[in-house]
Amino acid sequence: MTVNAAKPAKKKIHWFRRDWRLYVMLILPVAFYLIFCYKPMAGIMLAFQKYNPVVGMWGSKFIGMKNFEDVMKLADFKPALVNTLWLNLLGLIAGFPVPIVLAIMLNELKAIKFKKVSQTLLYLPHFLSWIIIGGMVLQIFAPRTGVINALLMKWGWIDKSIPFLTDGPHWQGTYTFIGVWQSMGWGTILYLSAITGINMELFEAAKIDGANKMQQIWHVTLPGIRSTIAVLLILNIGQMMNISFDRPFILKNAQVRDYCDVLSTFVYRIGIEKAQYARATAIGLFQSLVGLVLISSANFTIKRLGEEGIW
Amino acid sequence: MTEKALNMPAVAAKKKHRTWTVPQIILGLFIFIFSMICLLPFVNILALSLSSKSAILRGAVSFWPVEFETTAYSVLFNDSSMIRSLFFTIGITVVYTLFSMILTILLAYPLTKKRLRGRKAFNLLALFTMYFSGGTIPIFLNIVELGLVDTPWALILPGMLSTYNMIILKSFFTSLPNELEEAAIIDGANDFQVLLKVYIPLSLASLATLTLFYAVGKWNSFQDALYYIRTKKEFQPLQLKLYNAIQSATRGAEISAQEGMGAQELSTKTSESIRPATIIFSTLPILVVYPFVQRYFVAGVTIGAVKG
Repeated sequence: MTVNAAKPAKKKIHWFRRDWRLYVMLILPVAFYLIFCYKPMAGIMLAFQKYNPVVGMWGSKFIGMKNFEDVMKLADFKPALVNTLWLNLLGLIAGFPVPIVLAIMLNELKAIKFKKVSQTLLYLPHFLSWIIIGGMVLQIFAPRTGVINALLMKWGWIDKSIPFLTDGPHWQGTYTFIGVWQSMGWGTILYLSAITGINMELFEAAKIDGANKMQQIWHVTLPGIRSTIAVLLILNIGQMMNISFDRPFILKNAQVRDYCDVLSTFVYRIGIEKAQYARATAIGLFQSLVGLVLISSANFTIKRLGEEGIW
Repeated sequence: MTEKALNMPAVAAKKKHRTWTVPQIILGLFIFIFSMICLLPFVNILALSLSSKSAILRGAVSFWPVEFETTAYSVLFNDSSMIRSLFFTIGITVVYTLFSMILTILLAYPLTKKRLRGRKAFNLLALFTMYFSGGTIPIFLNIVELGLVDTPWALILPGMLSTYNMIILKSFFTSLPNELEEAAIIDGANDFQVLLKVYIPLSLASLATLTLFYAVGKWNSFQDALYYIRTKKEFQPLQLKLYNAIQSATRGAEISAQEGMGAQELSTKTSESIRPATIIFSTLPILVVYPFVQRYFVAGVTIGAVKG
């Protein structure tokens, strides 16, 4: 018994003496995660409390689901929820296929120099902040002075300027277009590297069987990147409830208020501007939970269809 | 096309025939259009920033300056708060990127050691944060509780470590052969020395990629500044200044729309070329560096996707 007890103890000192430097390295990163990621998770209980700033969240009273009920009753909540889902859906439908098409086109392009320069230009929008992009959009899509309206009028294609940013449905279209514009080039990278991974012999075999270029793309390239498409689709569907803050925040304006308010800007308004912390936390929790359900069911469906999924 | 090519000298004809066939030309044309859609907005903004106010208001400026002037830029460079904000943003970005890289290396390296006890637990601690977070408001209240509001630290500390970037680095470290470490240990090196003298010198390209990811992310970040820099104007990064500049112009437009003023009257309230000049001013650092570092970014995305 004593012998058995002594042995592991000795071994224990051994691994710690050997690896203590590795644990020293881990101190700062672990402290970071605890302070800035895990500590706020405790703050989720705010969603079930009547928050009292004097005593903080550790002293506030629990009130069950009341915050959730209150939020549902707010007049702004439903439009924000609907707009979030609608704008994300538009973005998915318009934005998801573009990088795939673009990647296939880039892959077929033979002029190397031209391809390199094009790629540099196509990736560019990805590196700009939404504030910069928003500033450019307000300029370019402006009613009379914006270059698009100005040129269309000059060419006589339109008589009245198009209200890109001041009419609800137009605003949503512009919002979607800009999203596609920003991410289409960058989105090709993953597909291009997936295409590179396809076995060249498959293309040779298809050629010998008499397949033309389009048939090769349809029967070899697309099946070859199918799992990449599936994974990215899951990740996108998992994000349906989440909407970035910067993009709607910079593009919103009073004329299209009912069309541009989304959950992230709604949380900012009631949480930060009006300091209703408990209600805003409730919305956040609602979003995370729905997000988890969405990503799990998307993953499940894709797996059922015979693809690999993300877990 | 083919007939024409036949009349050319042999070498040129052969080359021409191979690359620019009719389908290739059509394909190239499509790609060219897409590229121009990405480029022309910048050209337009640059042209606007160098044009006169009246030309902009006539809608005469498209892709070349009309009635060339540089007033907007001289106004901008004489605005000391703008220059200060530029240097503040550079400072924040440098400090943040440095801290981020240190933390990322310190986490990624131990996690590649299979012998480390508790490795799975540490790994889970990191990965869990990718799928679940406290949410906007609890994170905000945490920063308030820590007393970081209205200090530069609110912009530096909260987002220091990106789990995604850590995974990229981890997979690179894993790809290095184990023998390197074993040899160094036989030579009497400890873990710190192995990391500093063996692993880091061998991963400079990957480290460069991550440095750029972090730096661009910080340079472009806006939400943290909006949330945490409430009253201290001297701690406003460029993106927040830009937002305020855009916002004051938009608010002007809204007022005029409600009061039924025309675009002409509105113009007197905001100087038209300042806004595009501010946009160019805050984009320039990225545009200058971008062509040289772009390939590092592409490499990073590919590693992250294959191995993450």
